[in-house]
Amino acid sequence: MSQTKTKDHAAMARAFIKDEERVDWHDGALWYIREKRDLAAKQIPEWEQLRETASMIKNNVISNLHDYLLQFEANLTKNGVVVHWADSAEEHNEIVYSILKAKEINQMVKSKSMLTEECHLNEYLEERGIEVINSDLGEYIQQIDQEPPSHIVLPCIHKRKEEIGELFHEHLGTEKGLSDPTLLTRVARKHLRNIFLTRRGALTGVNFAVAETGEYVVCTNEGNADMGAHLSEVQIASMGLEKIIPQKKHLGIFLRLLARSATGQPITIYSSHYKKPRKGQEMHLILVDAGRTRQLGRPDFRDSLKCIKCGGCMNTCPVYRKSGGLSYQNTISGPIGAILAPNLDMKKHADLPYASTLCGSCSNVCPVKINIHEQLYKWRQEIVKEGYAPTTKTLGMKTMAWTLSSPEKLSTAGKAGRWFLHNVPFVVNNKLNPWYRQRDMPEGPKESFAEWFTKNSVKK
Amino acid sequence: MTTREKILQATLNNQPAASALPDISVFKGEDKDLVQKYMTVFKTIGGNCFLVDDVAGIQSLITQNYDATRRIVTTVAELSDKFELISNEADPHSYENIEVAIIKAHFSVAENGAVWLTEEVMGQRIIPYICQHLAVIVQADTIVPTLHEAYEKIGAGEYGFGAFIGGPSKTADIEQALVLGAHGPLTMTVFIMK
Ligand code: SF4
Repeated sequence: MSQTKTKDHAAMARAFIKDEERVDWHDGALWYIREKRDLAAKQIPEWEQLRETASMIKNNVISNLHDYLLQFEANLTKNGVVVHWADSAEEHNEIVYSILKAKEINQMVKSKSMLTEECHLNEYLEERGIEVINSDLGEYIQQIDQEPPSHIVLPCIHKRKEEIGELFHEHLGTEKGLSDPTLLTRVARKHLRNIFLTRRGALTGVNFAVAETGEYVVCTNEGNADMGAHLSEVQIASMGLEKIIPQKKHLGIFLRLLARSATGQPITIYSSHYKKPRKGQEMHLILVDAGRTRQLGRPDFRDSLKCIKCGGCMNTCPVYRKSGGLSYQNTISGPIGAILAPNLDMKKHADLPYASTLCGSCSNVCPVKINIHEQLYKWRQEIVKEGYAPTTKTLGMKTMAWTLSSPEKLSTAGKAGRWFLHNVPFVVNNKLNPWYRQRDMPEGPKESFAEWFTKNSVKK
Repeated sequence: MTTREKILQATLNNQPAASALPDISVFKGEDKDLVQKYMTVFKTIGGNCFLVDDVAGIQSLITQNYDATRRIVTTVAELSDKFELISNEADPHSYENIEVAIIKAHFSVAENGAVWLTEEVMGQRIIPYICQHLAVIVQADTIVPTLHEAYEKIGAGEYGFGAFIGGPSKTADIEQALVLGAHGPLTMTVFIMK
């Protein structure tokens, strides 16, 4: 599932939007989640204060990470958890391999962890004779289809149920044509239950790691992380350094924000607090850098380390909704992925900061108030300075100028015209956007964009 | 330099100037109609909720609502003459076939419907996940408004494992269609004891 990059985001997106029905569905499904998030947020009068507080706690974490890491490590050790440090993805994978090998484990079950996706852990272990099964339903589906997740919370949101039915038919022997979500879920439940019961090794991700107590919290809706962990002899947790929070009471802030921002739920079904190994069980925790300390050293971009991976910025992003997560060709896609990826490989991901209208909708929903769209803008400058600017991008701006300068071109632009109608209100209403100064947009599409544009250009 | 030293050094070199922690004591929920609020929220997240007077009431609801010929386990001493007591010594895999697990929560949270459980009340960590149906008893006067009061109540917490559980396991991974019963329980019922 290693992602080699032969095409840029725009080219990949072009391929995705060819299937108009799918794009409309994808767009609508994500927007629906965004609306659920809004409803959930509205029910909490102190929502904005919570976001501000979460942002401040994370600022504190970033500014004191060194000491928190030491405190967390000391508490983990006191609790009987073995702590490992990994500088790179390779080192992380080697550690996991050595832990499993020492126990002669050759089958492992894994719950959702974007970090291990980023490290390409599954491929690494499989090359060494260890089978890994992803237990989150969406991730399991992506795994059997040999595709990476397209969304950090909803891994197979780009797939239709018929396609999933086809995969189940091929891999799990379900009846051909079966596509009912409940029935498919039941089949997966049965299949994976057997996996949980037979795997001696389990790996989970980490949502929050409490420096003060050495415990870590894993949030799932499916219960898969716990099914794996509590039936295992060896439990491994992999986390990026930035997952630390100072004190346990801070969980109150983050857990109130996380699920509401992600899916509009009041809390994820399971918020599991792992502190000590079970009797007879081994518990390991791997602290992974893999570019994080480098990002910490970039004043303009270090805020991206505050991310709690709610996926809210993806659901609201007009570009993400229309281009699909796979078009980003990075484990973390969407707006947050576009500011994390250039840190990992600026040349390879030079296209991603351009996969944005800079509308700022991402920053508006982010529960930890990351200035995502401003960082996207700054990455563009950085990328141009370093000489990595994709030539198509300058062209892209020219095309936009050309389209907007001619109403006939726009009204005959078909799909592109509709795309603008759906997205353009954000585009303009933003200081960072060159269009801002001259033009302002109407509230809703009471008149067509072409009509509006004609009227307004005439006025000017 | 070991990897650990290298990472710690890089962290120290690259972290920005100290930024203070905010005061979070301002966050407090409203201590009003908690039972009602809890019940409403819990139902909207797909749970069942009953108000009961005593353990006998729970026992009869359990036998009415579940298949009593299947394996039903509990950590609640008062229910042990009727149902199997969970042993914390047994192999967790041996609970693979349990139909219902009945456990007592420390408390629950009105704002999000979650109950707080530690391994001590679970009997075994796997119990609330591996059962087909989860039944949790909550004392009405222990319900707190929000997670802020919840963490105050938990304090340092001397547990090896603890969890908030807010409803039956669920997934919407296939076309965003909500399905209750992903890998964990298919249903969750909370009995609120007056
Ligand atoms: S950047 Fe903010 S909105 Fe996006 S996933 Fe991270 S926390 Fe959520």
